[in-house]
Amino acid sequence: MVPVEFYFVLSALLFFIGVFGFVTRRNLIAMLISIELVLNAVDINFAAFNRMLFPDGQLEGFFMSLFSIGVSAAESAVAIAIIINVYRNFHSDQVNSIENMKY
Amino acid sequence: MFCILAFIILGSAVMCVTTKKIMRAATFLLFVLFGVAGLYFLLDYTYLAAAQISIYAGGITMMYIFAIQLVGKRTLQGMVERLRGCRIIGGMIVSVIGLATVVLVFLKNSFITSSALTDGEEVPMDVIGNALLGSDKYQYVLPFEFISVFLLACIIGGIIVARKEKETK
Amino acid sequence: MEYSYVFLILLLPFLSFIVLGLAGMKMPHKTAGLIGTLSLGIVTALSYYTAFCYFTAERGVDGTFATMVPYNFTWLPLGVLNFDLGIMLDPISVMMLIVISTVSLMVHIYSFGYMHGEKGFQRYYAYLSLFTMSMLGLVVATNIFQMYLFWELVGVSSYLLIGFYYPLHAAVAASKKAFIVTRFADMFFLIGILIFGFYTGSFSFSFAGNVVMGDGATPFIPVDVVRAVAAGGFIIPTALVLMFIGGAGKSAMFPLHIWLPDAMEGPTPVSALIHAATMVVAGVFQIARLFPLWIEYAPGQMSIVVYVGVFTAFYAAAVACAQSDIKRVLAFSTISQIAFMMVALGVCLPGHDGAVLDNHAQLGYMASMFHLFTHAMFKACLFLGAGCIIHAVHSNEMSTMGGLRKYMPITHITFLISCIAISGIPPFSGFFSKDEIITACFAYSPVVGWIMTAIAAMTAFYMFRLYYGIFWGTENKELHEHHTPHEAPLTMTIPLIILSVITLTCGWIVNFGSFVSASGLDYEIHLDKQIAITSTVIALISIALATYIYKGEKQPIADILYKRFPKLHRAAYKRFYMDEVWMFITHKVIFRLVSTPIAWFDRHVVDGTFDFIAWGSNAAGETIRPWQSGDVRQYAVWFLTGTVALTLVLLCLL
Repeated sequence: MVPVEFYFVLSALLFFIGVFGFVTRRNLIAMLISIELVLNAVDINFAAFNRMLFPDGQLEGFFMSLFSIGVSAAESAVAIAIIINVYRNFHSDQVNSIENMKY
Repeated sequence: MFCILAFIILGSAVMCVTTKKIMRAATFLLFVLFGVAGLYFLLDYTYLAAAQISIYAGGITMMYIFAIQLVGKRTLQGMVERLRGCRIIGGMIVSVIGLATVVLVFLKNSFITSSALTDGEEVPMDVIGNALLGSDKYQYVLPFEFISVFLLACIIGGIIVARKEKETK
Repeated sequence: MEYSYVFLILLLPFLSFIVLGLAGMKMPHKTAGLIGTLSLGIVTALSYYTAFCYFTAERGVDGTFATMVPYNFTWLPLGVLNFDLGIMLDPISVMMLIVISTVSLMVHIYSFGYMHGEKGFQRYYAYLSLFTMSMLGLVVATNIFQMYLFWELVGVSSYLLIGFYYPLHAAVAASKKAFIVTRFADMFFLIGILIFGFYTGSFSFSFAGNVVMGDGATPFIPVDVVRAVAAGGFIIPTALVLMFIGGAGKSAMFPLHIWLPDAMEGPTPVSALIHAATMVVAGVFQIARLFPLWIEYAPGQMSIVVYVGVFTAFYAAAVACAQSDIKRVLAFSTISQIAFMMVALGVCLPGHDGAVLDNHAQLGYMASMFHLFTHAMFKACLFLGAGCIIHAVHSNEMSTMGGLRKYMPITHITFLISCIAISGIPPFSGFFSKDEIITACFAYSPVVGWIMTAIAAMTAFYMFRLYYGIFWGTENKELHEHHTPHEAPLTMTIPLIILSVITLTCGWIVNFGSFVSASGLDYEIHLDKQIAITSTVIALISIALATYIYKGEKQPIADILYKRFPKLHRAAYKRFYMDEVWMFITHKVIFRLVSTPIAWFDRHVVDGTFDFIAWGSNAAGETIRPWQSGDVRQYAVWFLTGTVALTLVLLCLL
């Protein structure tokens, strides 16, 4: 059987790969994809913790992951709507293009 | 099995964030999602894995691909991104430091070493259903309803944000 | 309670104010005017009905009319003290109801003609309704605080109506002046009320007769005079004198009279209603309302009222002799007549045989109220007549008039009737009330009596000077050929006729003393023949003098007098420089010595502090602003850095 640390290390790695992507990419959609990576890392963590702490019975982490999937679906839908709008208005989907909206 | 999945996930993730073409990034994301779904199977959370595949892999990734295609021809052709070196180094440093911190936390906590994962039972479907729609302790009808309203709000919000504005007079 | 409908008397004008104020601009002029006039017509009918019921009711066992309180409820409970709101009917308030509703109705009808086609016609009627409501509320108030509340409302509506022609600079200045001066006086009124309330534990009036409370009416908290007297004998007199200062401001007593002549900038019907008949007598009414307290606890201080009143009466009469603006003459005449009422209240003496309230010793109370009543009628008539004249010649100056009797017969006759009435010639109403006042003055002190007789003679003189100046005298033919004056329309002359008929008859048809008197007991007015004859003769002499000087086409004597006493005439024309004195006090003394340092402190210290705070936050904002670069990734990096740092700190700590 796989030791539980493996899951955690995997999730940590995935998380920071996502962060790395978020920090380096300049395309808005690419950034969104990186965020999905981060979210997945967290979901893995939840599932693994649930399995570790409650081998039988309660499903807290399980449902946390489930809801997290739902929320991320909603989040990415709205984000994509915004990105499309930004693209329509600025004719570019680079982050820098919306910098002039900051104040 | 875990090692294979971990390899797929990490490899795809790295490719996903480093590839220069946005379409490829989306494709690698799909692989990562499948890998994560595999992990859930491994944990005997079949329902979660199914949800992961249907919502993430089936829904969200499709949406990304559509969005990429909508955003423009130039992007559709595979937009080439110019990655700046200093930013990559900066990102590296941040990520590595963060990773180091997390690992430090892992090491400092004793519970990690205390237990290995036991072989779990597969969670029966009726348990999930009851938990999802029950209102007792450890039952989740409130978040469930909340998320349904939330999704509705997001649909409306998405429509309003993405709607083409009327031609100004 | 049979008087349960009286709340309508207040409610109807208020509703008409709301309707006209909110929706008036959408209405045609006629509708707006009709709404205001109709609601006031109903109010007048109700007031007359109330008066009829009240005065025909059985007198109580003690021979007085019971004080009716159909409504009274606690508005603000403040520990021991309560602010009550309610409606109270007693002889003087019922009498005031009649005065106010009659004059107000006349003015409403009259304004149809006078304000015809005027911009803001609906606004005008809305303000008139507001004023009527507040004045009626003032007279039916159940306690001093409610009185004060409506007192201020009256001040506000007066302010609004004086400034009705707000594009004119003079109107705006006059309305501000009226508001500030009366406000200044009201401050003393408020202080007086607070002292009174603090020491007596009540805002209620002290009543002469028995009080009948309506169903569900909150009983008054009785005035605990004993406690106030125990705290110091000076307290009640002080409170009363402070309240008198407030009343003096409203009633334009010297030296707070300066606002009233300027208030003539408002439309003339407003002058008739507010600045002659009703609002300006609020001060007199207030003293009459508090009369039992005055006479019992502050008889000595009543001499203040007498002195102020006598001086004001003389001063205003002197100034009125030299004014050339007809409305100003009437304004000073009003001041003088109100001073008469004040004097009449002041000359009341403590009752005989230990009785607090005594009709004979306090004849002045009845005389004052009587004069208030008659004066309201004939002065409103005079003002409305002046309005007709102004309407006809489009000017206030006497020089543009003269010889108008040919053109405006109705106005001429009614104006003449009122002039005779104010001069005190029998059998016109003014004679009876003025005669009672002078009788009361003689009973107080012969000196005051003679002075008041002399002032009454001056009244006759300046009124007839005005009358001859308008209707006889030198005609301004050039102007009249250019624009022939014409008689005013029916809507304007009918109120004149009604008012002059009242003026003609109200003196001898009813016995006023049986309705209103100091103790509430029936009082038969009987004329002191000697005084009556003396004052009539003197009045006739001054009328003859005025006729001799001013009636002719040429006025040699008047010219000689001008030349002989140019300084005196100039001083009188300039109102003895009272405005200049006030300007000196406010501008040179108060503004320079008090306000300027305060302004400096405000500008440099207070403003400086706040400017520094504003500048500081602005500078801080400018410094921080670049941090918000709009670059999401940078935010993420910082966020992560912070999280990591925090984690590390916690790790080190744990």
